[in-house]
Amino acid sequence: MIVEKSNTAQLIIDKISSTAGKVNFIDNDQLSKALLYLENKGIPNNKHEDYKYCNVDGVFKKEFKNIEQKLNTVTDVTKFKLENALTIVVVNGNYSESLSDKLILKGLQLTAFSSLENEEKRWIGSIANVESDAFIALNTAFSGNGFHLKIMDNEQLQMPIHILYVSSADSEALVNPRNVIELGKNAEATIIEEQICIGKGKVFTNFLSEKFVGENSKLTSYTFQNEGSNGFSVNTNQVTIARYGKYDNTTITFSGSLVRNNHNVVLAAQNCEAHLNGLFTTKNNQLVDNHTLMDHQMPNCESNELYKGIINDKSTGVFNGKIYVRKDAQKTNAYQSSKNILLSDDATINTKPQLEIYADDVKCSHGTSTGKIDEVAVFYLNARGIGKESAKKLLLNAFAQEVINKIEVDELKDKVLNLFENEL
Amino acid sequence: MITIKNLHASIGDKEILKGINLEIKAGEIHAIMGPNGSGKSTLASVLAGRQDYEITQGEVTFNGKNLLDLSPEDRAREGLFLAFQYPVEIPGVSNINFLKTALNEIRAYHGQEEMPAKDFLALVKEKQKLVELDGKLTNRSVNEGFSGGEKKRNEIFQMAMLNPKLAILDETDSGLDIDALRIVATGVNALKNKENAFVVITHYQRLLDYIVPDFVHILYNGKIVKSGGKELALELEAKGYDEIKSKFESLEK
Repeated sequence: MIVEKSNTAQLIIDKISSTAGKVNFIDNDQLSKALLYLENKGIPNNKHEDYKYCNVDGVFKKEFKNIEQKLNTVTDVTKFKLENALTIVVVNGNYSESLSDKLILKGLQLTAFSSLENEEKRWIGSIANVESDAFIALNTAFSGNGFHLKIMDNEQLQMPIHILYVSSADSEALVNPRNVIELGKNAEATIIEEQICIGKGKVFTNFLSEKFVGENSKLTSYTFQNEGSNGFSVNTNQVTIARYGKYDNTTITFSGSLVRNNHNVVLAAQNCEAHLNGLFTTKNNQLVDNHTLMDHQMPNCESNELYKGIINDKSTGVFNGKIYVRKDAQKTNAYQSSKNILLSDDATINTKPQLEIYADDVKCSHGTSTGKIDEVAVFYLNARGIGKESAKKLLLNAFAQEVINKIEVDELKDKVLNLFENEL
Repeated sequence: MITIKNLHASIGDKEILKGINLEIKAGEIHAIMGPNGSGKSTLASVLAGRQDYEITQGEVTFNGKNLLDLSPEDRAREGLFLAFQYPVEIPGVSNINFLKTALNEIRAYHGQEEMPAKDFLALVKEKQKLVELDGKLTNRSVNEGFSGGEKKRNEIFQMAMLNPKLAILDETDSGLDIDALRIVATGVNALKNKENAFVVITHYQRLLDYIVPDFVHILYNGKIVKSGGKELALELEAKGYDEIKSKFESLEK
C-alpha cells in the first residue's frame, strides 16, 4: 500500500520560510538534508509506526491551519524563576541574554549558536541524526538561536541550571528551541528544563536537545511540562553517554494539549548508566506520549526506566519503551516498568515495550500494568472515615510518589507536589 | 447502640445472611462464633458498608440513624469501626498520614477543628504503647511488609486512635500467636468503657479467655441460632460445632 504523503510539511516550510530569518548557524549540508527529509517523509501521521498513537500531522491540520508567527516579546519571567537556581531563558526558541541570569558559576560556559566559532559548530547535529526523525529535521531546518552549554572538565556545578523555554504568540505559531549541553570529563551538573506557554495563541514547540555526558560525568536532568491547553509540543532529547558516565532524567508532564517526548539515550561506552523516570497526568482530550529508546552499545552498562501515568476524562497516554542490546553489549542490565491508572471509562493508555537483544549474556526485564484505582484500598480508607475524594487523593499521591521522590531539587519537588495535588 | 432487625444480604444470587436479629447496648461485649461460611465476616462487612453485598431485607439502626443509608465513611465518622480480617496494604501512604487524615475527617464531620500536630503526635505515642507497636511501623506505609501479627496490632492501634463507639473485630485472633493475642486483648480491655461496645468475631474460645464477652451468639447458615453468656463459648469449645450443625440441618430438612 502506498500511503499518500501529506503536504503539511511543505505548507509549514512555505509559511515559516517567509517569516523566519536565514538560519546561519547550522551548516548547509545539514540544512539541505533536513529539507530533503521533510520533503520526502513529511510530518508523521498515525500510519507511521513510531507515531501510531500520536498523529502529529492530524494535529497540524486541525489546530495549526493558519500559522502566522505573530510572536510576542517577553520582558519578565521573574515569577517562573526558582530561588536557588541559575536561570537561562529562551523565548520562542531564541536564547535571551537579557532575561537570563549572569552565569557566574565557575566551570560553566554558555554560547549562543549565533556566537559560536565555526570550529564549535560541529556540536550542533553531531548527536541528533537529521535523517532519523521528521522533528529533528524540522528543528534543523528552522532552529531558533539556541545555545551551547558546556560544563568544563572536573567541575561540579554547585547550583542547578533552570532553563525556561517560554513561548508566546498572538495566534498560531511554530517555534523550534534547540540546545547542546556538553559535560566534559569528571563533571557534574543538574539541569531543569521547563516549558511555559503564555500567549493568547496556540504554539507548537518542536524542541531538540543534544546532550553529551563525558567520561565519568554525571548529568541529572529534569523535564517539567505544564504548558496549558495552548501548548502543543514534540520534545526530542538525544543523549550520548561516555565511559563511566551517568545520565538521569525525570520527566513530569501535567498540562499541554499534545506532548510527545522522544527520549533517546545511547550508552556508547562501557560502564555507563542511565535512568529515565516519568510521571504524567492527563485530562480532557489531552495526549501525552512518552517514547524512550535505550541503546546499549557496549558491555557492562545499566539502564532503568519507570513511567507512571494517571489518565482521566477522554485523554490518552502512551508509553513506548524500546531497548536495544547490541551484539557487543554483554553484561547489560536493562529494566523497564510502566504503570498506569485509568480514572475514567473513556480514558486510554497504550503501552508497548520493545526489546531487541542481540547479546547473550544480559539481564533485561520489562513490566507494565494498567488498572483502575484500587477499590479494596478505597474501602479500607473509607472504613476509617476518609471520604471518597480524600481516599482517591491519598492513593494517587502514593502512586505518584515513587516518581516524584526521584526529584532531588527540593524547590522543584515542592512545586511538582503542589501542582500534582491541584491536578487531582 | 445498634439494633439489627431481620437483616438479609446476598452476594450475586447467593443469600448469605438470612435474617439476623441482634441488639447491642453501650458497655457490652458480644462474641459471634460459628463455623466457616456461616456468615460472620459477611455480617461485619455489611455493617461496615462494603459494596459487594446486596441488602435484600431488614434494617439496622445505629445511634438512632439508619446505618444502611450511610456511606462507609459516614458510618466510620458516626463511630463504627471494623478491624479487618485481612488488613489492606497501601504502599506509599504512611500510617501516620493515613491516621491524621482519618482523625481529622472524623473531627470535621462533627464540626471540630483539626487536631493540633503536637496533640496528634502525643496521642500516637500513647496508643502505640498500648498495643506495643514499634514506632518505626507508624512511619511506614500502611501495613506494607507488616507481619500478620503486626497488621492485626495495627488495626487495634487504629481503633485506639479513632476511639469508636462500636468496634467490630473480624477474626482479629486468626494467625496470632499467644503473645500477640494478649497484646490485642490488652488493647481492647483498656479501651473498653461504659460508652462503647465491641463485637468480637472468632472461631475459637481462645481470644475470649482474654476478652470476656457479656454475650455469645452462634451464627450458623446466615442466622443466629443460639445466644447465651460466656459459658456458651466454653461449651462450644468442648463439643465443637457438629452438634449444632446436625441439629439445624435436620431442622431445615
